[in-house]
Amino acid sequence: MNIVVCIKQVPDSAATLKVEEPSNVSWGDALLIINPWDEYAIEEAIRLKEKFGGKVTVLTVGTEQSKEALKQAVAMGCDEAHLISDPAFVGSDALAMTYILAQAIKQLGEVDLVAFGKQAIDSDTGLVPAGVARRLGWPLLSYIAKIDEIDPAGKSLKVTRLLEQGRQSVSSKLPVVITAVKEINEPRYPSFMNIRKAGKLQIPVLDAAAIGADVSKLGATQAATQWLKVFPPPARTGTVEMISGDSPQAIAVTLADKLLAEKVI
Amino acid sequence: MDFTLTPEHLMIQNLVRDFGQKEVQPTIKEWDRQQQMNPETLPRMAELGILGICLPVKYGGQGFDYIALGLVCEELEAIDTSLRVVMSVHMGLNSLAVLQWGTEAQKQRFLVPQAKGEKYAMFGLTEPGVGSDVANLASTAKRDGSDYLINGEKMWISLATKAHHILWFAKTDPNAKNPHEGITAFMIDAGTKGVTCGDLHGKLGVRAGSTGWVNCSEVRVPQENRIGEEGEGFKIAMSALDNGRYTVGAGAAGIIRASLEASVKYAKERQAFGKEIGKHQLVQQKIAYMVQRYEIARLLYLRAGWLKNLGRRNTRETSLAKWYITDASFESANEAIQIHGAYGYSDEYDVERYLRNSRGAIIYEGTSEIHQLMQAGYALGYREDGELRCELPKYDPKVWQEE
Ligand SMILES: Cc1cc2nc3c(=O)[nH]c(=O)nc-3n(C[C@H](O)[C@H](O)[C@H](O)COP(=O)(O)OP(=O)(O)OC[C@H]3O[C@@H](n4cnc5c(N)ncnc54)[C@H](O)[C@@H]3O)c2cc1C
Ligand SMILES: Cc1cc2nc3c(=O)[nH]c(=O)nc-3n(C[C@H](O)[C@H](O)[C@H](O)COP(=O)(O)OP(=O)(O)OC[C@H]3O[C@@H](n4cnc5c(N)ncnc54)[C@H](O)[C@@H]3O)c2cc1C
Repeated sequence: MNIVVCIKQVPDSAATLKVEEPSNVSWGDALLIINPWDEYAIEEAIRLKEKFGGKVTVLTVGTEQSKEALKQAVAMGCDEAHLISDPAFVGSDALAMTYILAQAIKQLGEVDLVAFGKQAIDSDTGLVPAGVARRLGWPLLSYIAKIDEIDPAGKSLKVTRLLEQGRQSVSSKLPVVITAVKEINEPRYPSFMNIRKAGKLQIPVLDAAAIGADVSKLGATQAATQWLKVFPPPARTGTVEMISGDSPQAIAVTLADKLLAEKVI
Repeated sequence: MDFTLTPEHLMIQNLVRDFGQKEVQPTIKEWDRQQQMNPETLPRMAELGILGICLPVKYGGQGFDYIALGLVCEELEAIDTSLRVVMSVHMGLNSLAVLQWGTEAQKQRFLVPQAKGEKYAMFGLTEPGVGSDVANLASTAKRDGSDYLINGEKMWISLATKAHHILWFAKTDPNAKNPHEGITAFMIDAGTKGVTCGDLHGKLGVRAGSTGWVNCSEVRVPQENRIGEEGEGFKIAMSALDNGRYTVGAGAAGIIRASLEASVKYAKERQAFGKEIGKHQLVQQKIAYMVQRYEIARLLYLRAGWLKNLGRRNTRETSLAKWYITDASFESANEAIQIHGAYGYSDEYDVERYLRNSRGAIIYEGTSEIHQLMQAGYALGYREDGELRCELPKYDPKVWQEE
């Protein structure tokens, strides 16, 4: 199978974010990591490759620094990595991002499956996979908790989607775009062998010309959405009430009554 | 001067950190209480490749440098000392000695399975009657045709009941005029007839690790198992300690970091006199010292690793790193307990284990007193490092990563 995984480099989930006027978000010198949801997509792609053969190519739209995230993906077992980067991409919004990624994917030959995480933990729109699927003209199977069957030769698959209301079983034709939720697998550690490989890897950089992107559709001026203001949510307020009682049972009863009264349970 | 770690170093660090936090941290307290080593630990470290981290790929290792070894030790000991001890004996004291002194045939026989983690390795120098005073050890190796017959007892041996290969030091010439020149090194398979072993219990720390005794009674060892020449054993032991001490120092930096992290967290949670205790200046002072000790520790051990990478002699620098960092880790764990108050005194929190674990490293691989003698010796010009017949090979990524 020819599988593509799109990943995004994001600040560590443990980083302390600061918002400065007007709308600059900064995270100091906190680590940058692979968007945690994308690790599930990487793991699933590697498992498919291990089962059916083929290769896994990992892509990111970003800066020179994003190569670290690509190397991490290769250390987990992806075969190839491309950084998609061009000064013309600066200021692109989610819509433009889908165009860039779709253009890049079209350069990779006959692709069977493109895997994403369900969303990015920083900008958090969840729009990119749907946009990429639309531009490629492929079905989108989002929130996948399990790939139940896949037939690369017959070009079909069946998956379980995890929805708030329950689970949904869906079948589709390949090629397809999927997004993964954490129930799908347990991402592996990188291996030392692959860390060696990642360390030596020269990551090719594809610019706008290389992916055949029309730069007049990109950049801040062309963005369909604008970040008008970014601000931290107001600090949470609330009061703490310590419940006391003669026995654990009595305390539990008081607690349960209060929770019922507040309609929490 | 370049202080940056490579992307490979960072990935290695992350991998080992993840392993420790996900697979060891959740149950370490239980194993420590039971004074048992988790039977999963060694096989998992082998499977992940940690046991061959800085050995050449062509010998079954992972092909990374000596800095990577230090970083791995720091990550392991930030979780529990018993994990780092594995690296000290298996890698620092045994495998690297084979890499340095072994013949090609010995590397194939001993180093390859050790690098792959198929065999675990230990180091047998200390005896019931001799620790610091190595030259006076009592074990003997007598020539018998092309074999040696080994007798004697080793004590305080890490992995005594777990490892397969022991690097054993014995007197081939008990009457040598210079007792240092009467010692010879042998690699002994723990399965050989006449080898017995057992664990010691009731240790203050490293309770989730194995420490014990190994006895040799008329153990027949072929000449091919002799590492180096007859009479070279003392030099081999000391050069092995240059690597073992490096792992101990790097590991102890992990205890300082863990003590610091636990202290910072607790200082922000605990309230006293109307504010979080982190706002009290004397608590801040303890934290400031931990930061200072951690950063000095990193500089000292990474410099030693850098010298090893270059193939430069580092006995003095490694001894300094080991002495300073192990003392500093004990101080830091002690202050971490103080910051935690009574809670720090109970095993509800990890800091009491850090204190117990840090204590041993002030004794093994050269007591702090021995390191002070060494440092004074260098400063006063009483001590000088002579050249060795075999030096630890410098790190060459091409050679190390050649398949
Ligand atoms: C420093 C910075 C500056 C930005 N400036 C602007 C701006 O000026 N205007 C604006 O509108 N937006 C801006 N953005 C937002 C950026 O364009 C979004 O990352 C983009 O819209 C994707 O949306 P998302 O992060 O919500 O991804 P989602 O749609 O939530 O992510 C879903 C999936 O898409 C993948 N994906 C997302 N982005 C990429 C990528 N770059 N490469 C590969 N895969 C990806 C994710 O990894 C994930 O698997 C900025 C972001 C950053 C980090
Ligand atoms: C947990 C643990 C694991 C160990 N693992 C191993 C192992 O795997 N392999 C191995 O071979 N050994 C191992 N050891 C043994 C360790 O290396 C020795 O304990 C150490 O070398 C000290 O020797 P000793 O205990 O005999 O103390 P001694 O040498 O008897 O020293 C007792 C005291 O006298 C002091 N002293 C001695 N000589 C001098 C001097 N010249 N000047 C000033 N003070 C001096 C010492 O500093 C110390 O304070 C381990 C020990 C422990 C605790």
